[in-house]
Amino acid sequence: MRTWLRRAIGYVGAIAVMLVVWEAASLLLHSPALPTPADALMQVVEQFPLLAPHFGYSALRVVVAMVIGLVVGAPLGLWLGRSKAADLVAGPLIFLNYPVPKAVFLPVLLVLLGIGNASIIALIALIVFFQILVTARDAARSIPAASVLSVRSLGANAWQVFTNVTVPGAMPEIFTALRIGAGTAVAVLFFSESIAGSTGLGYFVFDAWGRVRYGEMFAGILAMALLGVLLYEAIEFAESRLCRWERAGR
Amino acid sequence: MASVSAHAVGVTYHGVDSDVVALAGADLELADGSSVAVIGPSGCGKSTLLLAVAGLLATSTGSVDVGGEPVSGPRLRTSLILQDFGLLPWKTVRENAELGLRIRRHPSSERRARAAEALERVGLTEFVGLYPSELSGGMRQRLALARALALDADLLLMDEPLSALDALTREDLQDLLLSLWLDRRHTSVLVTHSIEEAVYLGGTVLVMTPRPGRIGSIVENPGMGTPGYRQTEAFYAKCAELRGLLEAEGALHPGGGAL
Repeated sequence: MRTWLRRAIGYVGAIAVMLVVWEAASLLLHSPALPTPADALMQVVEQFPLLAPHFGYSALRVVVAMVIGLVVGAPLGLWLGRSKAADLVAGPLIFLNYPVPKAVFLPVLLVLLGIGNASIIALIALIVFFQILVTARDAARSIPAASVLSVRSLGANAWQVFTNVTVPGAMPEIFTALRIGAGTAVAVLFFSESIAGSTGLGYFVFDAWGRVRYGEMFAGILAMALLGVLLYEAIEFAESRLCRWERAGR
Repeated sequence: MASVSAHAVGVTYHGVDSDVVALAGADLELADGSSVAVIGPSGCGKSTLLLAVAGLLATSTGSVDVGGEPVSGPRLRTSLILQDFGLLPWKTVRENAELGLRIRRHPSSERRARAAEALERVGLTEFVGLYPSELSGGMRQRLALARALALDADLLLMDEPLSALDALTREDLQDLLLSLWLDRRHTSVLVTHSIEEAVYLGGTVLVMTPRPGRIGSIVENPGMGTPGYRQTEAFYAKCAELRGLLEAEGALHPGGGAL
């Protein structure tokens, strides 16, 4: 409860600082593209009925995509990290593809899957998948040999080593990858929604921009920021539940 | 039951550039219920020998029998205790103590009871809910011991279990190891860098030769386990004898690496 409270106070403080900076910047620039915080918040309230369904679409896409990326990427990465034979085959394939910017495949996905949810989710899932895959593989490789040895000496089979050592040992790093991935995911969400389709916050922001409705545009930007924060906090919460030992002894 | 008999055990590690012979024909003969300390210079293959007896390492030559059965993999009642990382940081004290029983699929009520009993024996009952990172070094090794006790191990293989501890905690843990052995009379193999520890806890002290490792000399230590042994003339004399043997091997000179 106390950490929860401290966290809330931290957020309130950070928001206060941001509002002051924002207000100052808005007054200095004096451009319709950067309204004052008060105006922007008014817009959010005003646009809420219009904004809410777009927020829903965006949230659904990014969450589904991240879950797919995690569910496919994490086990595969852990397996590659622990199995030399598998890594020998799949490793080069992954490292050839990892540095390729996946976002350039959006047009290909649009042709294959059509304009809409499927191609947006596929693109984000692809990006998150690679980030998690590479992190999980490295994390599994750096698990101390002695941890594995001590569990094996107790008679553990390969599966028991995996569930008792590999998974929990790599979990904190997978969560870090997920948190970094959440930032990338929201950025790619914005990018792909602004191009593909007529739903979602990315579309909403670009549409408002095209109609020179800066107030609406800013309401969309704030909603997108909120989506990012919520995503990050959800991951943080899951980690605090699943990796309780990390907080111990500090 | 848990006699150990190893013949001409050789282990070669395949390194990146060249192969390393860690053990070259080590022989070992331990009676059931004996307590043996193994001492020798760094890199003489002490840990390798232990892993081979634990069944965690394929030997290149020779054979290892425990309790009359050839060792081909981890044995049910053999417990290995390492200096570090033997505990899983993501499991609580209770979960760590129960780990061996859980892996062997004992029912949960039995796990609870046996782990609780073992934790009480090593004095960790109040700390069952903590994680290893919240324990001191000495408490962590107590927990490692509790795990072995919960499994009712009859062969305890310990690889420098106390070398990371400060001097006082170390003596405290040595006393615990001794009292456990006097109570249970399990077969105990302790690999150590410390001459005093070897003499305090080893009824027999095996001195290993530098790489490639073999058993060099066998020192009988009949005073081990007698009350107050640490303070006696016999204890000091035995330490001096052992020091002499290690010096003769070059293990105590600068660069030799022992201690």
